[in-house]
Amino acid sequence: MKSGIVKFRQSFVEGMIKISGSLSSIIILLIVAFLFGEGLGLFGKSVVEEGYVVIVSKDNPIKAISSNDLKNVFDHNITNWTQLSEKGEKSLNTDIVVAYNIDQAFEVENTKDMIAFVPREYAAEIDNMRILDCGNISLEDFFLGKEWFPTAQPAPQFGVLPIILGTLWVSFAAIIIALPFALAAAVYLAELSDKKTYAMLKPAVELLSGIPSVVYGFFGLIVIVPIVQKTFGLDVGETALSGAVVLAIMALPTIITIAEDAMRSTPRMMREASLALGASKWQTIYKVVIPHSASGITAAVVLGIGRAIGETMAVLMVTGNAAVMPHTLLEPIRTIPASIAAELGEAPTGGAHYQALFILACILFLITLCINLIVDRISSKSKIKSR
Amino acid sequence: MNIIETKDLDFYYGDFHALKGINMDIEKQTVTAFIGPSGCGKSTYLRLFNRMNDLIPGTRMTGNILIEGEDIYAKGVEVDRLRKKVGMVFQKPNPFGKTIFDNVAYGLRVNGIKDKKYIADKVESSLKAAALWEEVKDKLKKSAFELSGGQQQRLCIARALAIEPEILLMDEPASALDPISTAKIEELIFELKDRYTIVIVTHNMQQAARVSDKTAFFYLGELIEYDDTGKIFTNPMKVETQNYITGRFG
Repeated sequence: MKSGIVKFRQSFVEGMIKISGSLSSIIILLIVAFLFGEGLGLFGKSVVEEGYVVIVSKDNPIKAISSNDLKNVFDHNITNWTQLSEKGEKSLNTDIVVAYNIDQAFEVENTKDMIAFVPREYAAEIDNMRILDCGNISLEDFFLGKEWFPTAQPAPQFGVLPIILGTLWVSFAAIIIALPFALAAAVYLAELSDKKTYAMLKPAVELLSGIPSVVYGFFGLIVIVPIVQKTFGLDVGETALSGAVVLAIMALPTIITIAEDAMRSTPRMMREASLALGASKWQTIYKVVIPHSASGITAAVVLGIGRAIGETMAVLMVTGNAAVMPHTLLEPIRTIPASIAAELGEAPTGGAHYQALFILACILFLITLCINLIVDRISSKSKIKSR
Repeated sequence: MNIIETKDLDFYYGDFHALKGINMDIEKQTVTAFIGPSGCGKSTYLRLFNRMNDLIPGTRMTGNILIEGEDIYAKGVEVDRLRKKVGMVFQKPNPFGKTIFDNVAYGLRVNGIKDKKYIADKVESSLKAAALWEEVKDKLKKSAFELSGGQQQRLCIARALAIEPEILLMDEPASALDPISTAKIEELIFELKDRYTIVIVTHNMQQAARVSDKTAFFYLGELIEYDDTGKIFTNPMKVETQNYITGRFG
């Protein structure tokens, strides 16, 4: 009887463990499926906002217009039909007359040179007009487009290249800034510090990772942004560099902790062997300890990059959030997480903008997934090596 | 002639009195074996000759150790140079995660030698002296981890020999090896004693009897008896020694 209870209890605990394990896996899969499901509807959607159409005169020979041209026409960057990048066999060589809404469209009715942006149900009521084929949002426009104007009318621009580049730009800059400090700190903690300093420094480093990112952002905004602005004589201090500095500080604890662990895992025997051969402490550190922990240090760096790429709040506050192609570190940039955080609240659910943000989230997910796979690979390699 | 002289040596790990009043002289170009039960202080004593115990925090020493008449614990002694003179082979083979060649060349390089020809020659002669050359000459660029345990230990001996020490300390060098590898190491010790002064810590009584000229028996941090190996194993002066070598305790 008693053994029956024990048996039941064991199988009960076992079952609970199995359920919670599979539950968390299912939740992760659901989140991924949700991300992709929400995002992928974007491709194949019309370039023009839903419920609206772009119309031209029936006498206009133009067949189709690219999304970018459409935006430039309505922004008055293109004023003549010949300036369009995709010309038909013959195109008008007159100036373009632009009608932004239905009232203007009625005013310029019957004008051969006009182009108008009107609700779909009124399109037929304007005389002598036809709907212009604007195409669908393509992968190319999305991934290689250099302009991110998700609320532009009539053709929102979803070029994510500047955002992806901005993210990588600021993250790698952050790691380059953080790396020398983090490595020095890790060497100090693992090899040089005595017990007392270690007992003080180690919790301090770990505390760094516990500070909320909004505090880092605030610190960056109040301290680092003005410093960057003054040092480089800029109009605004909210630049990629400011973001990189803040991210570098935030990535420090991750890199230091993991690199230090890796260095500590160098067997004492190996250290003693080096010292017994007449090597100095420094020679032992850079000829034995660092090579032995190289894979751990690499993993630390890659995880640091992961930390920087996924960071939202702090970069949102200090990088200036301009979605433009980054050229130098002294310009504002925008990152993927910052874009999502800043725009998702304003994007109508299910709309193209909303879907574009979800695809950005998918991209971010894939980047971090790659990073984790790399770390996994590196650390499994190092396990084989230290065996 | 005595190469190592120890005078009134006491050594402590924190409060633990690990070595008590040791006085002992070791002659040049002999093999001296330290025997005794675990925890008797023999490894600790060995590690004092190249100041390896400096790495352990909370240790304290009184008395003197003189190598070639020079007090190695005096102020201003360059520990790096001392360790070049007093090489060490550890209990477990501990090659670096580098190639076989680089393992042997390591000691030369950290001591500032850059002449590639000299390093290559020295690596070859050291591997020959450690009786490993024939087995590895075609794979010097392979990782040292690809060698067997016995080969790794001989590699560690070659590595120690490359910097031309005068004294070679061996801390239970064969305890992690199989009988065949052990025999090879013992053979090697026999060959090396013409050129080096060897001090070997061992748990294996037969090994001490086979390879050493003199044997020191330690018990609870004290040097109980130190004499010619033949005498220790056939006709010891002290009862403790008698008991230990006949296997009554330890």
